[in-house]
Amino acid sequence: MNGMIEIRFHGRGGQGAVTAARLLAEAAFAEGKYSQALPFFGAERRGAPVLAFTRIDSRPIRIRTQIYEPDYVVVLDPSLLEVVNVASGIKRDGLIVLNSKKNAQFSNAKSAFVDATSIAKEMLGVPITNTAMLGAFAKATKLVSLDSLINVIKGRFFGKLADKNIAAIKAAYEQTKVIT
Amino acid sequence: MKLPPSTIILKPGNSEQNETGSWRSLKPVVDSKKCNGCGLCWLYCPEPAITKGKPVVIDYRYCKGCGICANDCPVKAIVMVEEGQK
Amino acid sequence: MKQLVTGDEAAAIAAKLARVKVISAYPITPQTIIVERLAEFVANGELDAEYIKVESEHSALSACLGSAAVGARTFTATSSQGLMLMSEILFVASGMRLPIVMANANRSLSAPLSIWCDQQDSVAVRDCGWIQLYCENNQEVLDSTIQAFRIAEESLLPVMVCFDGYILSHTAEPVEIPEQAEVDKFLPTYKYPYLLDPEKPITMGAVGVPEYYEEFRYMLQEAVLKSKEKIIEVGQAFGRQFGRKSDLIECYRSDDADVILLTMGSLSGSIKEMIDEYRGHGERVGLVKVRAFRPFPAKELVDSLGHAKAVAVLEKDFSPGSTGALFSDLSGAFVNSRESPLLLNFICGLGGRDVSSLQIREATKAAMEAAKTGEVKKTVRWLGLRETMVGLKP
Repeated sequence: MNGMIEIRFHGRGGQGAVTAARLLAEAAFAEGKYSQALPFFGAERRGAPVLAFTRIDSRPIRIRTQIYEPDYVVVLDPSLLEVVNVASGIKRDGLIVLNSKKNAQFSNAKSAFVDATSIAKEMLGVPITNTAMLGAFAKATKLVSLDSLINVIKGRFFGKLADKNIAAIKAAYEQTKVIT
Repeated sequence: MKLPPSTIILKPGNSEQNETGSWRSLKPVVDSKKCNGCGLCWLYCPEPAITKGKPVVIDYRYCKGCGICANDCPVKAIVMVEEGQK
Repeated sequence: MKQLVTGDEAAAIAAKLARVKVISAYPITPQTIIVERLAEFVANGELDAEYIKVESEHSALSACLGSAAVGARTFTATSSQGLMLMSEILFVASGMRLPIVMANANRSLSAPLSIWCDQQDSVAVRDCGWIQLYCENNQEVLDSTIQAFRIAEESLLPVMVCFDGYILSHTAEPVEIPEQAEVDKFLPTYKYPYLLDPEKPITMGAVGVPEYYEEFRYMLQEAVLKSKEKIIEVGQAFGRQFGRKSDLIECYRSDDADVILLTMGSLSGSIKEMIDEYRGHGERVGLVKVRAFRPFPAKELVDSLGHAKAVAVLEKDFSPGSTGALFSDLSGAFVNSRESPLLLNFICGLGGRDVSSLQIREATKAAMEAAKTGEVKKTVRWLGLRETMVGLKP
């Protein structure tokens, strides 16, 4: 791994962006890397656009600013594309992982997409897309393994809830399409 | 005298050393015929100045003349008189 | 063992490892997770402690006075408005010389209402007689909280462990969690020398009449000043046992620096990254981080900053009508010294505004300019201020 990897999550309040950032940090940590999950809380309102950040590095991470030039962006809600510039500041060769039924084009970044809302509704019964999008992220970036994510889910959720989230992750991992 | 690190009083009961009798300008006097020994004055006295009994006995070394005993006495057995009078 | 934990979780784990006997606290964002975790530890039997539920922070700290007075290792946590509501009792705790440990997740003060990070809350009570330690990362939150109990108990002073709300309190990162047996060795059972005990009655918190008050205040001053040595001693002992030592201040690439940035709290990490960049370009820039804000390490700062040409103080607080608090204390530290670097003050990160690398560079550039010209154009500046909004620009 060369240098620090910075990931920005875009979500809406209640979709689990903060949890997604932490689960990703935990998966990377479990793989022996240093990681940091930094949430940015607005006035916590369900539905409002929210941000969360994850940093991953092979060295201890000292920087604590928000992330302005991410390597990867994860978008948990398709409707955010119309209200937020999710590609803002993304590094050259960066990748945007979208929850979307279809691909979106970005002039400055590659993209990957998966219909995480349908997966979440089917697997979890609620449109909480964070775990599915982690599956998509793993597929698109290879930054963490599917196994690490599944292990982290097992540590975080118990019983049926763990099974459902693991199913969502696996389904999203299978269905994610990377556009190069 | 080296002080403790805060206002801690390590020896209990030392208020006995503080004889507040000299503060008095009015002095309670007990009418031993009227006193029924109920002890209310003893209960309300803010200093260790009253000994229970019938009649109660006032310790003028500590009595500071506040008059609570006279005020609370249900049978008006205690009157406050000016210090120096009988 | 290393675990990925937030600052709040680190504080709760540290209090548990310290085997606190009494916890009394009232929930407030962004500290709430600390007391939630501790309540869980008590409820599930992991921690043998009394969790006293109260109706306000004022009551929480009042309950802590009582438990500390009977010699129980006592912990509380708060933030922002909660700390303000405690402020009356803060002075009582230090005046009564009760070794209470508090975690304060730094958050801005109303008004305007804000739940986000700055350091105005603990800085506002800098005069309350508590030792104040500021943390750069979650490892320091854990380490300083454990050390705080020993510092408090050995100097008979309350200690506030301050860490930036959200930026640390809610950020997860790897933290080395020590073994219980190791912490037990570091923190032996504690015995308060003036125990409140019905078998041997004493009076605590008696009135300090004018003939005595000044002496008690002087002794408090001496105790807080002297706690410097204790903070160093405990920091070294911790280092010997756990391999991570702490001090009053930390100097980062500042020994030969012409320009030094001074700050406290989580901003230090981001600044260190910038320093490495500047050093990479051959610029002699360094950082000094203040860990102990009270007692104020005046001599240590003069010694480690004196050689610089310019010092930029970045802080997340200010004293309306004056300057930043750290800046004014630092200016005071240089009084009567023959030579002083040029001092610049940067107010930043108020109410949760992100202090970006760009802002840190802006402050560094201004300090470099001052170092070069020997002149400070503007002593106090506000980083990231949108000037048109406050009428400074049309």
